Amino acid sequence: MSARPAIGDLEVGQQIGARTVTVTRAHLVHYAGASGDRNPIHWNERFAREVGLPGVIAHGMFTMGQAVNVVTDWTGDPGAIVDYGVRFSRPVPVPDPGEALVEVTGVVGAIDAEAGTVRVDLTVTFEGAKVLAKAQAVVRL
Amino acid sequence: MGVNLEYAGREYPPTAPYVVGREHLRDFARAVGADHPAHHDVEAARALGHPDVVAPPTFAVVIAQRAEAQLIEDPAAGIDFSRVVHAEERFTHHRPLHAGDEVVTVLHVDSITERAGLAMVTTRCELAAADGARLATVVSTLAVRGADA
Repeated sequence: MSARPAIGDLEVGQQIGARTVTVTRAHLVHYAGASGDRNPIHWNERFAREVGLPGVIAHGMFTMGQAVNVVTDWTGDPGAIVDYGVRFSRPVPVPDPGEALVEVTGVVGAIDAEAGTVRVDLTVTFEGAKVLAKAQAVVRL
Repeated sequence: MGVNLEYAGREYPPTAPYVVGREHLRDFARAVGADHPAHHDVEAARALGHPDVVAPPTFAVVIAQRAEAQLIEDPAAGIDFSRVVHAEERFTHHRPLHAGDEVVTVLHVDSITERAGLAMVTTRCELAAADGARLATVVSTLAVRGADA
C-alpha cells in the first residue's frame, strides 16, 4: 500500500498512474454474476448480433469499475474516492477466442486545496478510441 | 409503445434493506480487478479506519440497479430493455460503503426527455443506512431507442 499523496506536492497535468486492462469473455461472465447484470449482450454472441451489435460487448460498468483502480492504487485508500462519473461513448467488443485490451491513464485534472480534494481525469481507450468520456474521479486527500 | 414521459418526477417508496455481504463485496472487487487489500482483508481495512472491508467505488451499482428495476420492469413505464444503452453513470459517496451496511434506497426519476426517437431516462438512487445517514447518490442515464430508430 502506498502512502497518501500530499496535496501540496501535486500539479495539474501530472500523471498519477496507467494500466492495461485485459478483457476476456470469462471476465464478463464473472462481472455478470458478481454485479447481477446478466444482460445476454455481455455473454451471448447470437443474442448480441440479433440486437444489432457487432458481437458480445463488455459491460460499461465493468470498464468503469476497472478504470478507477489506477485512482485507488494512487490514493492508497478506496474510501478516499468521493465522486466518480463517466459517459459511455463506445462499446468494447470482446472476441472469443481472444481478448480486448483497454488502456487507462489518469492525470491530475484540478486541485482544490481548500476542500482538500483533487479531480483525477481518466483517459480510457480501446484501439485508440475513447470508450469512456468525461471520466472523472474526485478524491479527498 | 414509447417511454412514458409521465414517469418523470416520480419518487418511489424506500426499498427493503439490502445487506452488504463481505464475500459478495470481495467477489465484486475481484470481478473489477480491484485488488487493494482494503477490499479483501478486514485488518487492512481497519488500519485505514474502516469498520470492515470497503466496497469498490462502483459497487453501489449492485444496490442501485435493484431499486431501478422498480421503474425498468414496470410495463407501464414503456422501457424496452432490448433497446436500452447505458449512457452515463455517477457515484457520489457521502461515506464509504462497507461490509455489514444495511442499505435502504429511494429511487427518483429525475428526468425523461425524448428527441428524434431517442428517450433519455435519468434516475437517481439515494442510498442511506438504517439510521438514516446518507451513504451514496447514484445517478444513471439510459438511452432508449424508439421502435423505428
